[in-house]
Amino acid sequence: MAKPGTPLFLERDGYRRRRMMDAIRLLVILGAGLWMIPLLWPTQGVADGQAVPTSKALLYVFGVWWALIAISAYLARRLGRIPAQTDDTGAL
Amino acid sequence: MGKHVLLVEDELNIIEAIRFLLSREGWEVDTHSNGTDAAQVIRERKPDLVVLDVMLPGKSGFDILEELRSHEQTADLPVLMLTARGQSRDREMAEKAGVSRFMTKPFSNTEVLTAVRDLLYVHGQRT
Amino acid sequence: MASLNALIAVCLAYVFLLFCVAFLAERAGMKGQMGWLLRSPLVYTLSLSIYCTGWTFYGAVGYAARSGLEYVTIYLGPSLVIVGWWWVLRRLVRIGRSHKVTSIADLISSRYGKSNALAIVVTIMAVIGVTPYIALQLQSVTSSLAIFAAADDGTFSQSTDASAAGFWIAVGLALFTVLFGTRNLNVNERHHGVVIAVAVEAVVKLIALMAVGAFVVWGIAGGVSDTLERIDASALGTWQIDGSRWAGLTFLSAAAFLCLPRMFQVMVVENDDERHLQIASWAFPLYLMLMSLFVVPIAVIGLDLLPAGSNPDFFVLSLPLSQGREGLATLSFLGGFSSATSMVIVATLALSTMVSNHVVMPIFLYLRQGGATQSGDVRNVVLLSRRLSILGIIGLGYVYYQASGGSSALAAIGLISFAGVAQFLPAMLGGIFWRGATRVGALVGLGVGFSLWVFTMLLPSFGPGVVLSVDTFQNGFLGIGWLRPQALFGIPGIDPTVHAVFWSLLLNAASFACVSLVTFPHPLERLQGAQFVNVFQHSAQTRGWQVSVAESEDLMIMTQRILGAREAQLLFQREATMQGRRGYLPEPTPDFLQRLERELAGSVGAATAHAMIGQIVGGTSVSVQDLLAVADESAQMLEYSSQLEAKSRELSQTAAQLRQANDKLTRLSHQKDAFLSQISHELRTPMTSIRAFSEIMRDTEGLEDREKAKYANIIHVEAIRLTRLLDDLLDLSVLENGQVTLNVQSGELSDLLDRAVATAQASESREIEVQREALRENVQLHTDLDRLGQVFINLITNAQKYCRAEKPVLRIEVSQLGKAVAVDFIDNGFGVPHASRDVMFEKFSRVGAEDGKGAGLGLAICREIMTRLGGDVTYLDGTGGTGFRVLLPQSQALAAQ
Repeated sequence: MAKPGTPLFLERDGYRRRRMMDAIRLLVILGAGLWMIPLLWPTQGVADGQAVPTSKALLYVFGVWWALIAISAYLARRLGRIPAQTDDTGAL
Repeated sequence: MGKHVLLVEDELNIIEAIRFLLSREGWEVDTHSNGTDAAQVIRERKPDLVVLDVMLPGKSGFDILEELRSHEQTADLPVLMLTARGQSRDREMAEKAGVSRFMTKPFSNTEVLTAVRDLLYVHGQRT
Repeated sequence: MASLNALIAVCLAYVFLLFCVAFLAERAGMKGQMGWLLRSPLVYTLSLSIYCTGWTFYGAVGYAARSGLEYVTIYLGPSLVIVGWWWVLRRLVRIGRSHKVTSIADLISSRYGKSNALAIVVTIMAVIGVTPYIALQLQSVTSSLAIFAAADDGTFSQSTDASAAGFWIAVGLALFTVLFGTRNLNVNERHHGVVIAVAVEAVVKLIALMAVGAFVVWGIAGGVSDTLERIDASALGTWQIDGSRWAGLTFLSAAAFLCLPRMFQVMVVENDDERHLQIASWAFPLYLMLMSLFVVPIAVIGLDLLPAGSNPDFFVLSLPLSQGREGLATLSFLGGFSSATSMVIVATLALSTMVSNHVVMPIFLYLRQGGATQSGDVRNVVLLSRRLSILGIIGLGYVYYQASGGSSALAAIGLISFAGVAQFLPAMLGGIFWRGATRVGALVGLGVGFSLWVFTMLLPSFGPGVVLSVDTFQNGFLGIGWLRPQALFGIPGIDPTVHAVFWSLLLNAASFACVSLVTFPHPLERLQGAQFVNVFQHSAQTRGWQVSVAESEDLMIMTQRILGAREAQLLFQREATMQGRRGYLPEPTPDFLQRLERELAGSVGAATAHAMIGQIVGGTSVSVQDLLAVADESAQMLEYSSQLEAKSRELSQTAAQLRQANDKLTRLSHQKDAFLSQISHELRTPMTSIRAFSEIMRDTEGLEDREKAKYANIIHVEAIRLTRLLDDLLDLSVLENGQVTLNVQSGELSDLLDRAVATAQASESREIEVQREALRENVQLHTDLDRLGQVFINLITNAQKYCRAEKPVLRIEVSQLGKAVAVDFIDNGFGVPHASRDVMFEKFSRVGAEDGKGAGLGLAICREIMTRLGGDVTYLDGTGGTGFRVLLPQSQALAAQ
């Protein structure tokens, strides 16, 4: 709930920062989702011959890792100083 | 015979004085000294004029006057009111109640006689 | 061949270096220097690396050699947690900083109303969960020594030398932790030495592992693509991960990352700045990624090159050794050593804080009921208890290590430990996100989770037949089928680790939530809950201490004992300056007490600090009134409205008084009008007669002598009447102005009454029967008898005039009232109406509108006279008629001899 007396909308800069924060929040969900994809891969006992080779698995897992690190670093840099009002309780 | 005057007053000496004055002029003077039944007594005795004191035991002169005026028989009856309370408020109250003439004690005898004469004359003209 | 001695020498040198680094950092920190380094996000990130212990340093490769890529889940969980820092870590850090939280036990205890019971439970669970882990670190160090020794000449005896090494390592670690972990008490000053040492060790272990990995990939396998080929060609060549383990272990490691006491210590307690999280959010995943990057290659190459049967857990060591790269092996050893020691140091520090704050100090305070100010130096007690706790915990780890004898059971300890501390997760997350979480709910949840963890994970880990019987494994606890430790509720076939984590955490969370839903929290719990959950809304928060009894001096003494004299004085002086007071002692305002409590909480924990201040301030529990005061707006509103109420009551009282006064004035004014009319009437009536008759006598001729005499007499009587009236008025005026001279005589009351009765009866025509009691009237008077007689006459005349009874009777009663004499005049009339009583003694007042003949001066004159005589005349209530009482003071009424 917006407190009475605070504006309902933000100027462009503030709006972008809010979306940065949203991105930070969402990043972890993205990471968890990507890292759980291997659960869908065929395992050795189930589908012989189609099993994913470990090298590919390694590349995938570490690739996701790199991506997360890179995005996280980018977002942290873009966000700059953490604003005082970090929740969407105020203006948007 | 002269006219019939009813004097409603509780102070004996004043009754004595007014009776003396009016009798000498040839009027028939009747007296009553209680306020409570004064209006009734006036209607019974049918005087031609009433001399009414304001401060009476039992009922004030203003009340008696109002009662007289509200009654058909006595609505036009000439009433001379006498009061020892010399405030102008009393005069207003009396006029509002429909007094014919209002006099403050102590009065001069001639004034009273003149007033009574006038009242009786005017009344006689009208009737 | 590198000799074991050389290795030990390098090791000692390394330890010495660590001590020096820690010492310098500590000194720089004390002097406020090197802040850029000590408080840098880099150091913060590196200190987080104590997550990577000896178990992960060595064990990851072994894990990979056994289960392929699964080992990576141990790193994925923490990576996700820190990438998602915005959700949980930011909140934890903010709460930790704003509430001066000292440990995870303190956090949970503080959240649930500063419950010490909860703190103790969490502390005990943490000790049980982490001690084996400490033992594991000792084992990893001694085992790695053994590997070196085996490569050297085999004289290293697993049983004797290893345990000796383990002992000395334990002693060294204890020494380091005591030295740098308990130098100061205030968390604000942080353990710079420890953190820096941990950061250095983090760098060492990363470099060591990277070096070994690089050697393996480029030195042995011949490049990245070759390595990948060899990986695919090996036994680990295909994806063969159990899905439930993949997801379950990722979750478990994430939970443990948040809940491990040592992680909480570096992540929350040692955090200097929330913004460090921003850097750590990408830097720490990078660190973890690098730490795990070369694990699979090392495992695969190790499996290829090393003889079958060699322990894959130590491939990191044995692989360089087998290739004759002793320098690299030594570096690797130092990496493992670093991992193990940094973990032990921080874990011990965190645990000892918990044990000291939540177990030792409460007991100490309980034994010293006298309060913190009267006992000895609490600061020393706290330090001592913390040092003893450190020794105790490391000792416990060593004993566990000795008892388990380096059995293979230790290998599983890492995950078991993770699952144990993960039981804190529901209470912690529930506490910071859900205001409805209650203390009882947290206790029950922790209890259920911990019991299940012991039953399904810890005890089975010792193997069938050790603690739990084989029968229990197969047929369930006490033969109950659905209580099999690895197939709860009759669902078999789940991986044992996943099984234990799933059931324990599920039932933990479920019971926590359910019990929270049905229980009702204390006021303090609700307050803390709101503050924790809404930490971002009000970081400057409130919780009232009732201050009236608090003594600044006592607080000062106590604070000195905990923070040390200098810090305490600085703190108090700063506070006093803020309050605008000279000197050292500030007012114990609620704000100040709260800040002080936080400062102390940094040293001794929230619950203890609360208790200590509570002992001085009084009232350790928060009452509903406190809560009201805390919600100060509503309190102020209440106060304001009650003030308004009081004011309006006052106003309406004043208004009523004014109305009364006004009524009285109005009545008086009416009376005055009435009096003027009356006086006019009284004066004009006799004058009318006088004038009329004098005119008659003047104007009428021929009056008889008899008539003349009669009229002259009337004029005479009326003239006298006028004179009397004027006399009365003058009399009253004189009395009122106090110009009366009293003619004091002596006489009998009975005589006076005789005369008064006679006079009254002579002057007034109406008859009244007077009843008297001659005996009682035998009173000697010494006063102005004439004036008193006047009063009596007045009262008797009044009775004669106004008594409306058929047969008027007046009783005159004389009575002794203490030292005064009362003379009552009571007739059998109708009394005086209430409305007239308070004005009847006023002059001009006449009771009844038209009855009286008097001018209303009689009673006024009576009262004036009695006032002059020093007595009083009052209306007498409840006589059945009209009654007046004349009071004569003793001096004027001398009883007859």
